[in-house]
Amino acid sequence: MSMEWLTLSNLIVSASDQASLSPFMIGMIVFVLTCFVGYHVIWNVTPALHTPLMAVTNAISAIIIVGALLIVASESGGAWVEIVGFIGVLLASINLFGGFAVTKRMLAMFKKQKK
Amino acid sequence: MISTDLFAFVYLVAGVLFIFGLKGLSHPESARRGNTMAMVGMALAVGITLMAPSVKSYGLILIAMGLGAVIGIIIAQKIDMKAMPQLVAAFHSLVGLAAVLVAIGTYLTHKEAGALDAVLMTELALGSFIGAVTFTGSIVAFGKLQEIFGSAPVTFKGQHMLNLAFGIAIVALGVVFVMTDNFEAFLLLTILSLIVGVTLIIPIGGADMPVVVSMLNSYSGWAAAATGFTLNNILLIITGALVGSSGAILSYIMCKAMNRSFISVILGGFGAEAGSEEDTAMADARKKGVKEAAVEDAAFMMANASKVIIIPGYGMAVAQAQHAVKEMTEVMQAKGVEVKFAIHPVAGRMPGHMNVLLAEADVPYDIVFEMDEINNEFTTADVALIIGANDVVNPDAKTLKSSPLYGMPIIEAYKARLVFICKRSMKPGYAGVENSLFFADNASLVFGDAKATCEKLAAALHDA
Repeated sequence: MSMEWLTLSNLIVSASDQASLSPFMIGMIVFVLTCFVGYHVIWNVTPALHTPLMAVTNAISAIIIVGALLIVASESGGAWVEIVGFIGVLLASINLFGGFAVTKRMLAMFKKQKK
Repeated sequence: MISTDLFAFVYLVAGVLFIFGLKGLSHPESARRGNTMAMVGMALAVGITLMAPSVKSYGLILIAMGLGAVIGIIIAQKIDMKAMPQLVAAFHSLVGLAAVLVAIGTYLTHKEAGALDAVLMTELALGSFIGAVTFTGSIVAFGKLQEIFGSAPVTFKGQHMLNLAFGIAIVALGVVFVMTDNFEAFLLLTILSLIVGVTLIIPIGGADMPVVVSMLNSYSGWAAAATGFTLNNILLIITGALVGSSGAILSYIMCKAMNRSFISVILGGFGAEAGSEEDTAMADARKKGVKEAAVEDAAFMMANASKVIIIPGYGMAVAQAQHAVKEMTEVMQAKGVEVKFAIHPVAGRMPGHMNVLLAEADVPYDIVFEMDEINNEFTTADVALIIGANDVVNPDAKTLKSSPLYGMPIIEAYKARLVFICKRSMKPGYAGVENSLFFADNASLVFGDAKATCEKLAAALHDA
């Protein structure tokens, strides 16, 4: 086995010896690896479906609702926090339901030639 | 009591479902199942979040979600397919604004809990910045697409310097916010970011709209990812990264299809508004030897062809001619003519726009082809029929070095034996460039509204 590989595995072992990774680092690892997953998945999308792709990515980015939900439900920070969270949930919900519904409507239109 | 690990596990499942959802879009057959998987993922994610111990009341949540669902579904059912780019832009703006609100809300709740630190505050500043730019940028894009504002680029002297100054100010305010926990600095940073969203998008002209829509798609993803970092939420990070990279790839594909660099699109100024001197343009064109064809002549040639390729552009959408096009296609197919469609990547105002419009009119997707798939078939086509497309069939892009379109990949309609071009007028295309195809020996123009012309063609084909 080459020297580099040994150094790398030492690094991994020493990293896992530490008590825990910071949440930021975990997030960073997930982020970078998902960008690569995204890259490969998206290049496989047929150009004919690029508009539905935009609609559905738009729908899933409504996942930001999770953040807004936790704020509105926290019941801390006073009335302003409630209002901010409420509007956040409302906007993200429009996006969530609207995005999936319009994607569904579009995809239902794509039909094969009747033979 | 649900453990943190269980939350993370359900979020992971939702993330995987999202990935499968996008993977499904590789083919129309699997796409519907993909959308359903993404929906299940979303339901799981929202469901488990509502079970979090910190969620103490459901009243406001249910009202907000219910209201959002009603509004969202009504919009989705009512929207005209022609207006999809506007709708997508409007939805992007919602994600942007939600990201800003979540950043503000997170700051306030964490301040009360005494849980602020430099890392979190940096992430909040970044999240608010990206969210705000996405929000106002998408509103400007929406306004341009909906033609509330003119689609011409708005440029002024010192524009790029101004943006640079804003950028520096935003970074400075971010540093002040993180170092001194100054909430005013955070709000000012957000306001400046809102302004930057406007100044970034106004110089970008109509021809570059497909890039802008894709770019904002990407930004909305990065906004979600940044929010994920502030909340330490894995699912937001996964989703944000997927959406962000999707939008970035689409922007890249669009830029390549127009032979433009991403930087030059951002800097803007391309694509002047077409002038109102249509009549003189038409007179000029007649002098220059444009041939006109009667509908009956075009119909006769098409009826006797063995292969016809139709090239639709945004003009078809504006005239709502896709149903007439479908009818015409059926008449030709009944006569044994092979009909195919050729779609340029930037036809329409967003990626894949033409495909959706044709699908809406019940044109089967297996006779609709992408530019690269069909370009080598034009030499064997008897007729190329261009409906409301212009720049994407301009042969100058291949031959004329001085043309602003030079280097852009085009649909090689000019290689067909005969080319018919349905056009309302001699107005130049979106890029404001004259098209030498109109003066070619094998080309004739059929003047008139695209819808009326296609209906007449269908009727004439029927009789031919």
